Amino acid sequence: MNRRPLVTWQLFVRTASLQRKRAVLTIAAITWGTVSILLLLAFGQGLKEQLMRGRRGMGENIAVIWPGNTSKVWQGLPTGRPVRLRMEDIDFLRARMPDVEIAGEMTDWSALVTWGTKTLNEPLVASNWQFGEIRNHFAQPGGRFLDALDEAQKRRVVFLGDHLAREIFGKVQPVGKRITINSLPYTVIGVMEHKMQMGSYGPPDENHAVVPITTFAAQMSRQYLNDLVIKVRRPGLMAGALERLRHVLAAKYRFDPADEQAISVWDTVKSSQTMDNLTLGIQLFLGLMGALTLFIGGIGVANIMYAVVKERTREIGVQMALGAKRGWITGPIVMQGLVYTLVGGATGMIISVVLVLLIGLIPTSGNQALEFLGKPQLSWPISVATAVILGMIGTAAGYFPARRAAEVDPAESLRYE
Amino acid sequence: MNWPWSSKKEERRTGEERVPIIRMRGIRKVYEKGTVTVEALRGIDLDVDKGQFVAVVGPSGSGKSSLLNLIGCLDTPTEGRYELNGEPVGGLDRDGLAEIRNRRIGFVFQNFNLLPQLSALENVEMPMLFGGVSARQRRQRAQELLEKVGLGDRMTHKPAELSGGQMQRVAVARALAMDPDVILADEPTGNLDTSSGSDVLSLLGQLWEQGSTLVVVTHDMSMAERAPRIVEIRDGLIVHDTGRA
Repeated sequence: MNRRPLVTWQLFVRTASLQRKRAVLTIAAITWGTVSILLLLAFGQGLKEQLMRGRRGMGENIAVIWPGNTSKVWQGLPTGRPVRLRMEDIDFLRARMPDVEIAGEMTDWSALVTWGTKTLNEPLVASNWQFGEIRNHFAQPGGRFLDALDEAQKRRVVFLGDHLAREIFGKVQPVGKRITINSLPYTVIGVMEHKMQMGSYGPPDENHAVVPITTFAAQMSRQYLNDLVIKVRRPGLMAGALERLRHVLAAKYRFDPADEQAISVWDTVKSSQTMDNLTLGIQLFLGLMGALTLFIGGIGVANIMYAVVKERTREIGVQMALGAKRGWITGPIVMQGLVYTLVGGATGMIISVVLVLLIGLIPTSGNQALEFLGKPQLSWPISVATAVILGMIGTAAGYFPARRAAEVDPAESLRYE
Repeated sequence: MNWPWSSKKEERRTGEERVPIIRMRGIRKVYEKGTVTVEALRGIDLDVDKGQFVAVVGPSGSGKSSLLNLIGCLDTPTEGRYELNGEPVGGLDRDGLAEIRNRRIGFVFQNFNLLPQLSALENVEMPMLFGGVSARQRRQRAQELLEKVGLGDRMTHKPAELSGGQMQRVAVARALAMDPDVILADEPTGNLDTSSGSDVLSLLGQLWEQGSTLVVVTHDMSMAERAPRIVEIRDGLIVHDTGRA
């Protein structure tokens, strides 16, 4: 009977037109629920992506290794011996771990940076040219990061964090300008492209200056490294690389490879997993809040449908007396619940998309809150999840009242005037 | 054309042996409301033959409405055996009973029970909708029936736009839609003034003359007296039956 759905629809339309005001209110409730769930999830997604972007700001798949003091006796040697990493350890490690990118860092937390009459106290990092790639120091157009030649020839060149560059130069283009750092002249070769950075183990990258490690070591007569930064190709390789690094250094400096204090490690791969779990948790929480709002809308729909069933008990009884089977009674009611939910859901989706687009137009740079929150983002998984939740709520909102309608006793409902 | 009612017409003509349309044996109906138990019917034996016109009378609370509900398959007996046109009705589920009501029973209620949001035509189409009759045939049959009950010019009117007598005539047309074995009427003139009531009565009489089987529950003695057979119920038992040999 292919005409059945059409007739069911006609019956629905006739019923629905009697309930216009209620229908509008219910649809509005569902719309509101949909907007809530979509916006919450979209903000969750935006936050997640912003956090990921911020994490990526420091560098992807990287780990930082600091030398420390031994805390376990080893091969007849006492505890408390300092482990000191040297310049040559960089090449020593590279030779033994060819798949891993390695850079050493020497730092001067408060270097005197002077341009003209302006002198500032700023952090200075000296590193290898690979540092730029590992730690995401990308140059703004017209500039560059340190390169192999700078390092080999101990050139006096400097790469400036974007905030630092603004502080020193204001609106003047810094590239090619000569500044002094700790009274020695350096040429600015590049300024860092602004980036979102959330993790750091020192001042944010936008505030520091970077010079070739060779230049710095020669000028300051330093040989010890503050730390090492390593980068692996894939997150899965990190644990193995750190294990290998520990063993290589332990053999060279004679400490127990299991000694956590001899060298300490910040493994961003591991901490990003923690972060992923956290953001997943946040998203689940937001999604749940939204789903609950939607659920309340669904209860509104069910409520209407129960009222419809109650008011129309007699008519349902008449239809039963005329020979309507269960499906004839339940069909229009289930359809009504579904239609309300889907109309409300579709409206909510449209409103959400418009809101997300409008919020996307607000400039984030300079606004700290927005910079941290990120922009809400609607994605397919979010939309599909919302649609599925809507469908389920709509079906349930129609099903339970329909079941009650099907249980109407025709004899009972016709007995009373 | 495969009209669902035409096959039953054949059956009616060829039915040589006298199978009663309604055969009830030892029917009891007990209502339980909380702790109170009411025995509405206390053992009813009743046969109604094809083409009979039976009036069921009795004081209120005598059980006549309960009996009508059982005959109409709106309710099932607590005990006893009920055959409709030779087929036992006991043991059917709700959908099975709905199908019987749809194909074999035509109801006429005291308060008409038309669906208020539908036109007269659509109300008459309703049983055919549930019976799976095609839209075109539904419309055609509904028009014929409304013309038959004298409402050819009121087809698109909503019940609220009709008088009581007209509404009851729409209800009669609706009861006839699936060409049922039995037409059950519960106080069909109870809500009508005398002249509309007698219109409806003569309409029912006309149907009977054309071969319909009618069971009518009534207080109205003028109506009961039109019926060749009167069954009187008191306290859940048949106390008098003019049709019993």
